[in-house]
Amino acid sequence: MADVNRGKRPLSPHLQIYRPQLTSVLSIFHRMTGVGLALGAVLVVWWLIAAATGPEYFATVDGLLTSWVGLLVLLGMTWALAYHLLNGIRHLFWDMGYGFEMETVERSGIAVVIGSGVLSVLLWLAA
Amino acid sequence: MTYRTPRARVSGLGSAGQGTHHWWLQRISALALLPLAVLFIVPFARALGGEHSGVLALYAHPFHAIVAVLFIAVAFRHLALGLQVVIEDYVHAKAWRTGLLVGNTMFCIAFGLAGVFAVLKIAFAG
Repeated sequence: MADVNRGKRPLSPHLQIYRPQLTSVLSIFHRMTGVGLALGAVLVVWWLIAAATGPEYFATVDGLLTSWVGLLVLLGMTWALAYHLLNGIRHLFWDMGYGFEMETVERSGIAVVIGSGVLSVLLWLAA
Repeated sequence: MTYRTPRARVSGLGSAGQGTHHWWLQRISALALLPLAVLFIVPFARALGGEHSGVLALYAHPFHAIVAVLFIAVAFRHLALGLQVVIEDYVHAKAWRTGLLVGNTMFCIAFGLAGVFAVLKIAFAG
């Protein structure tokens, strides 16, 4: 087998040695927001189940989600969704073979960061 | 099988026998979620903090019920694929890895179906 050296090979990128760059930070943010949105999805389902159960249970869950802690979590979820959605579009363009030039990668990254803030505000205004 | 060359063994569907299925499904679900996420989140956020009867009225409407069912189904499929890759990348101890992968599949199916059931119950029975 060609993989006799498995486990002894150096890891890349070596996070303790590599200087964080915009590209690598935005990449790990995509993962972190994706994992975080799992909690958001659970909260949404919980709220829907509460609504399907009855007015009393709905009032409890809806009250928790709209308490200041709940709203803080939902604010974080809004940004996570906005970022993951916009950076996901960036990924889809890469998958089609576009936007790989370093300058384009940096520019689309900055656009996603700014866009995620704008989209978050728009979503809260629409709500 | 023993007569197959190493080249022939890996050509086509790869070592997992799945080819690009996982990768492709992650992209297709991502594409579907772009409109679905926005169409679901905005009315959801408007109903949040409101009257219980308002939520029932929202999902009694076929359009919002269908959007909600599609969003929940696709979102949890996308989530299952994404979390699977994260577990495979970072959890190396075999017992933990297998347990988390199985747990992930069960968690996504359970919460996905629970969400779909809740919407359908409101849509059909109020």
